[in-house]
Amino acid sequence: MSKPKKMNLNQKQNLSGWFFLAPATAFIAMMSFFPMFKALILSFKTGIGTNMTWTGISNYVRMFQDAVFMQSLKNTFFYLIIQVPIMLILALILATMLNDRHLRCKGLFRTMIFLPCATSLVSYAIIFRSLFAVDGFVNTILIKLGFLNTGYNFLGHPMSARIIIIVALIWRWTGYNMVFYLSGLQNIEYSVYEAAKIDGASPFKIFTKITVPLLKPTILLTAIMSTNGTLQLFDESWNLTFGGPANASITMSHYIYNMSFKYVPNFGYAAAMSYLILILVAVLAFIQMKVGDKRD
Amino acid sequence: MIKLKRMGQYVFLIITSLLSIFPLVWMAISATNKSADVVKGVMMPGTYLLKNLESLMNQQNVWKAMGNSFKYAIILTIVSLIICSLAGYGFEIYHDKGKDVVMNIILLAMMVPFAATMIPLFQMFSSANLLNTTMGFILPTISTPFLIMMFRQSARSFPHDIMEAARIDGLGELAIFFKMFMPTMRSTYAAAMTITFMNAWNSYLWPKVIMTDAESITMPMLVANLKAGYTTDYGVLMLAVLLCSIPTMIVFFVLQKSFAEGITGAVK
Repeated sequence: MSKPKKMNLNQKQNLSGWFFLAPATAFIAMMSFFPMFKALILSFKTGIGTNMTWTGISNYVRMFQDAVFMQSLKNTFFYLIIQVPIMLILALILATMLNDRHLRCKGLFRTMIFLPCATSLVSYAIIFRSLFAVDGFVNTILIKLGFLNTGYNFLGHPMSARIIIIVALIWRWTGYNMVFYLSGLQNIEYSVYEAAKIDGASPFKIFTKITVPLLKPTILLTAIMSTNGTLQLFDESWNLTFGGPANASITMSHYIYNMSFKYVPNFGYAAAMSYLILILVAVLAFIQMKVGDKRD
Repeated sequence: MIKLKRMGQYVFLIITSLLSIFPLVWMAISATNKSADVVKGVMMPGTYLLKNLESLMNQQNVWKAMGNSFKYAIILTIVSLIICSLAGYGFEIYHDKGKDVVMNIILLAMMVPFAATMIPLFQMFSSANLLNTTMGFILPTISTPFLIMMFRQSARSFPHDIMEAARIDGLGELAIFFKMFMPTMRSTYAAAMTITFMNAWNSYLWPKVIMTDAESITMPMLVANLKAGYTTDYGVLMLAVLLCSIPTMIVFFVLQKSFAEGITGAVK
């Protein structure tokens, strides 16, 4: 028999909760989910500009016959498989080292290793392009030291161009992931480590039996973020190698951009390709969560 | 034995740190040298800084791009911090079944790649006349699942009895948020601010899509435009890169300490 007009305290608070989260939720619905839905429709259409007609699944079929797209798919997976594990392991090792209480200059090391993250993607891509140019710093040094007679065209050979992208990515993102691990490590009681040391556990044992299991949620988070980021690489491909030589290092997002804004715009086909990225991101995140959730 | 291990640890950290900062040091030094010296591998600060600056100013409207970047990044950071912290707080403090479901749906948006929304967003924004506007720059990333999640995590440590006491004192729900939550969560805000400002300042693909007018370009776009020359003037190029990096470096150095604290609160 509550009074119909006056809300009770709980209802009032419940309502203010909805009020608090409404703007953010509305923006995500409008700026992520709605365009995503529109892209799905677009991916079944073909044509230029507003003059689009239904075409069924032909965009999806075309994708797998498109040599450049297949190359971009291969490149993206190459970056993913090589770069993400190296980077995450390196970040984990660095974080473990910096978590040591007896280490000196901890703050200085942390700052220096994190600093690359403060540079913009375009900036670091251009720094690396200049460093590895035919007349760039790396070649100059290699020639001075007598390893080379003339500059090696790092960005002009398919494999070395891809490796430079990986090196650049590791340089830019290791510190970023390290900060997440350092924060995670701070939540682990230091006494756990001390006890393990007293019991005579080797550093490697401590790392694999204590650090990694306790950091699992953080590792999962960084793995998903890195996978997601790598599948969407654009700036590095665009500014560091221009996707070249001859599309040998092009990424999926770069090719989608070309299809939409550089060549004669083919939004339908571009949308279909972007949906493949979406599916890949979802599948990989699902697998990572399944693996991460396993209790041993 | 222990001493040797400790030595190895230091050597590893020193090498990694040097490799981390070397490209940046090289960039800063190159900005003060003329292109021919940069190519020669000169590693000493030169006297060419002002000449490079003059030549950069002649080629590009640096002030305009700098101003644009600041305007877009600052507005986006402020608006986005308010909207996302309100939401994160709302999801945690007033959580119930319905809100948890909504939160999970929002987290799904983390997986939506930008390439998938870029084309429809471009179509939407060009028909709404939002190309070349600040509004156009900020709208797609005004609310991000990452920030909402971060604030939701940190709201977990906001003591409930303080809230009850404030309510008894007659403070409204919104007043509790602004007067009590915001000041206590300073380090989370600092971390969120660092991340949002850096992402906004550094974003490239989206501005490249919607800033079609030369008057609206951002610093990263200006830097990228420079490379499209005949022969590269490394001195000028590196100076542009340096100018583009200084603001984010300053933000990072100023907020570094609270940044680390804020992240710690968020990954708990």
